[in-house]
Amino acid sequence: MESVECIVVGGGLAGLSAAYGLACAGHEVVVLERGDYAGAKNVTGGRLYLKPLGAIYPELWAEAPFERAVARELLTLVGDGAQTTVEIAASRFVSDKPQSYTVLRARFDQWLAERAAEKGAMILTNMKVDALLRDGDATASGRVVGIRSGDDEIAADLVIVAEGVLGLLSSRAGLRREPEAAHHALGYKETIELPSQVIEDRWHLNAGEGAAQLFVGALTRDMMGGGFLYTNKESISLGLVVGMEQLRKRNDGLESWQLLNQFKELPFVRPLVAGGKVIEYSAHTIAEGGITHVPKLFGDGYLIAGDAAGLSLNALFTVRGMDFAIASGYHAGQTAIASLKARNTSASGLAGYESRLRQSFVLRDLENAKGIPAFMENPRLFRHYPEAVCRLLAELYSIGPEPARKMSKTVLRAVRRDFLHVSTIKDAWSLRKI
Amino acid sequence: MQVDAKLAQNLFKLDKQPHITIDQRICATACTRRACLVVCPADLYEIGEKGQMLVNWEGCLECGACMICCDNGALSWAYPRGGFGVQYRQS
Repeated sequence: MESVECIVVGGGLAGLSAAYGLACAGHEVVVLERGDYAGAKNVTGGRLYLKPLGAIYPELWAEAPFERAVARELLTLVGDGAQTTVEIAASRFVSDKPQSYTVLRARFDQWLAERAAEKGAMILTNMKVDALLRDGDATASGRVVGIRSGDDEIAADLVIVAEGVLGLLSSRAGLRREPEAAHHALGYKETIELPSQVIEDRWHLNAGEGAAQLFVGALTRDMMGGGFLYTNKESISLGLVVGMEQLRKRNDGLESWQLLNQFKELPFVRPLVAGGKVIEYSAHTIAEGGITHVPKLFGDGYLIAGDAAGLSLNALFTVRGMDFAIASGYHAGQTAIASLKARNTSASGLAGYESRLRQSFVLRDLENAKGIPAFMENPRLFRHYPEAVCRLLAELYSIGPEPARKMSKTVLRAVRRDFLHVSTIKDAWSLRKI
Repeated sequence: MQVDAKLAQNLFKLDKQPHITIDQRICATACTRRACLVVCPADLYEIGEKGQMLVNWEGCLECGACMICCDNGALSWAYPRGGFGVQYRQS
């Protein structure tokens, strides 16, 4: 059997980030990617928060093929027949070093693969890994010793598992559990081509700057989730995220794909996409379980990084995953370098990976956000509150044939009607957990 | 816009064999919910003339939602072989 120092399963951001680090340190690293090229199977909303990466590969990011630096953040609350948008454009979002950029994965991941290859990583595309090989019989908890792809087996001192959110290989090998609907969401989107100038005019952007818009409320029909819109250079990404458990339980004939069409047809979305041409339709599963569903991150002969380790965070205003993927890949790579040097790629030699992640923003941010997944199960967040805010504002801005009521009466009535119930007071109290 | 028209914009490299297969016995006897019909964003599942579940796996976006949501393990789901399946050019 052929043998290498380190195999990386998956040429997404986590795997490539690990491979880049290992290759920089002169190690023999082989990345196995099942797509035609890195990024061929990846989907983001999306946007990458660059600020958390701080000292991770600073030499790389200046040259990265980002789409737009996000300067404007919009949150649209969607009611029945009314919607209202909160906007925040802060100079800190884009000053000097912008905090986040929109990206398209096919372009971005290929670029990172090229950088890793320049440093000596071997990127093998069109290579699907069929199994992780464990010492002893397949069901035992033996050391991970390599991979099987078709009829080929490759042995490695260390396997970095960056296979993505479904975790098919790692769950079959007993390294983690299979994904469950209750802790995952379905994300799906259209990439819609629009001229750069139209995008900048439509979202009031300076050249090269971008907008990120989230939509929450009636559009997801009482299900956890929302809509998103990110501006790329010459396209927008428009899509939905919906909780899988709620989606699978629908019995009213609604199908997921219809929901996106209905979203696009909303009167305030139609002008945003007008004149655009759909150039791609994509979908991906998203881990939403938070830190309590992060599996054991290492063991004899392996490390798990990125989406495969459930490292993503939907925190209402910010939705993150790619920064966790790059950082966990980086720390996996650095741990691998130390363990290969010490000639100990057993669990004892790899334990530093978890401590590194615990000290970094990856597990700290997930730990701080551990109350969020439970908080998000509250259906009122996705229907009642957006609707209530829209209703109150619509009343305040309305002039009818009758003499108007005193403003304070309108507000008090709305507050009593929509915000002063046992349930809503309990909701306010539950805010302390997030 | 119909889903078919959206899928037509994607680049698919088609394998000869399907990467999703349905155990019709489990599907017909144990499943009442048929979550696959609801969750698949590409609308690939449909009920055939004899009441059997069919999947047009060629247009699969490889999200895995049907596999996760299938109640009784009627689906056997794998990624397409290396180099096959959807090849995203944007996303």
